[in-house]
Amino acid sequence: MNAIRDLGWAAVRFVADLGGLARFGAQIGRAALSPPVRARLFVDELFKLGVLSLVIICVCGLAVGMVLSLQGYTTLVRFGAEQSLGAVVGLSLIRELGPVLTALLATGRAGSATTAEIGTMVATEQLDALRMMSVDPIDLVATPRALAMTAAMPLLSALFIVCGLFGGYLVGVGLMGVDPGSYMSSLRSAVDFRDDVLGSLLKALIFGVLVGLIATYRGHTAVPTSAGVGAATTSTVVVASVSVLIFDYFITALWGV
Amino acid sequence: MRHEPCLGSQTDNKEAEPYVGKGAPCARVSPSNAQVEFSGVRMAFGQRVVFRDLSCRFPRGRVSVILGGSGSGKSTLLRLIGGLVRAQAGRIVVDGDEITHRSERQMYAVRRKLGMMFQDGALLDSLTLFDNLAFPLREHTAMTEPEIAAAVREALAAVGLAGIEELLPNQLSGGMVKRASLARAIIMKPVILLCDEPFSGLDPASVRLIETLLVDVNHRLQATMLIVSHHIASTMRIADHVVLLLPDRAVEGSPAELRRTTDRRVAGFLDEDGAPGGARA
Repeated sequence: MNAIRDLGWAAVRFVADLGGLARFGAQIGRAALSPPVRARLFVDELFKLGVLSLVIICVCGLAVGMVLSLQGYTTLVRFGAEQSLGAVVGLSLIRELGPVLTALLATGRAGSATTAEIGTMVATEQLDALRMMSVDPIDLVATPRALAMTAAMPLLSALFIVCGLFGGYLVGVGLMGVDPGSYMSSLRSAVDFRDDVLGSLLKALIFGVLVGLIATYRGHTAVPTSAGVGAATTSTVVVASVSVLIFDYFITALWGV
Repeated sequence: MRHEPCLGSQTDNKEAEPYVGKGAPCARVSPSNAQVEFSGVRMAFGQRVVFRDLSCRFPRGRVSVILGGSGSGKSTLLRLIGGLVRAQAGRIVVDGDEITHRSERQMYAVRRKLGMMFQDGALLDSLTLFDNLAFPLREHTAMTEPEIAAAVREALAAVGLAGIEELLPNQLSGGMVKRASLARAIIMKPVILLCDEPFSGLDPASVRLIETLLVDVNHRLQATMLIVSHHIASTMRIADHVVLLLPDRAVEGSPAELRRTTDRRVAGFLDEDGAPGGARA
């Protein structure tokens, strides 16, 4: 009986949380579309979330491209199809790995930092101080961060893919001896700009909205204690990562991206 | 929580300290003289009831101190006035505005009349002291940057923090944070100033300094001040009106009236800090 009751409460909490998130998203949307325009804050956040993530994105993109090329070559060479390595690496990175891994990396680095930062502001009553100064914390604190995450994600994803392609080229051509012309021509012929590249950017954009929203919402609703901020940060990483993977499946299944 | 009217006479026999300089005695707070009024307010956090039926009034332009034990709801009372938490029942009137059923957006207009000094400062930690004080002016006024700079320097000088505008909040001492928080709270010249534990964690000299600043602000701005405190001696020195939150009721009166009460719980609470003797120490 207790188990059923607990399950019921868990379901109620989940639905309430989902409702809270949707309401929070609507408030961010309204704040983004109404004055004042906080361009300076947006650029600052874009720097923190985007530019400061460049190194980790480049390094990880390079490593993923290299290992993908290595694994792809080992498989393709069995069928005498190693000339298609460029297509395998390119399509894997552009359609799937680029946006998904970028979203997961951004969640771990920038999403968790965003939650911790806002959660600390909650714990130290800074958001209450803003409210007492008649300033909406969602407008001032959450909206620039969520928008910056949304804008940064496609750019970071594109960078991840470019680094991955370069890493794949290095290993495939430089290490495994695949013909450079074959690598590039298979890549060019396999990748469609509209379906693959734009679709990939759209996917990254959706992931950016998702991660930005979850990270700011968890920060705003953090329990105002150090343990509460820690729990909110962990929750951001878990919930955003799982959401990205689930949304990835549905976007792929419904839109074929 | 049942409201008990003023105890004893209406005459304030508070002894004058040089820096206090309070003038007229505290009168019984009439509805017309009240700037903040609670009527039958119920407030609970989940199962924990903070106020069952709170009624009290805070006089216009005077220094009111809210006393009470830990968990008695002192800070919650200030947060109710600011609309940071909402009452489940009852009526709260702030400067003529009934705020109980106002939306968050509607509360922003009421909050323009309020200034709040938070217990731990609540300064924006990513901004310098200067920018912390300039922030509300930049948000809500059409002042030019030179005008804002002048206003900020004036406010900082008033609380004795001139010359350290470029420091970040984490580079300030506890007393400096309190003073900076007070400067930010008064920079928009509020009608009502809410101070949450302004004396906590300070050495005696800093307590005296904050007392002086609060009284000075009260004189200069003619603002109604509501101060939450555990500090009985400070309360007796600066208060015109005291509200003591007991578990089942609120007791109101001037410091002198409270000192003369025969209620053992009130006397016991005031004696905790050596008061009434402590009040004159």
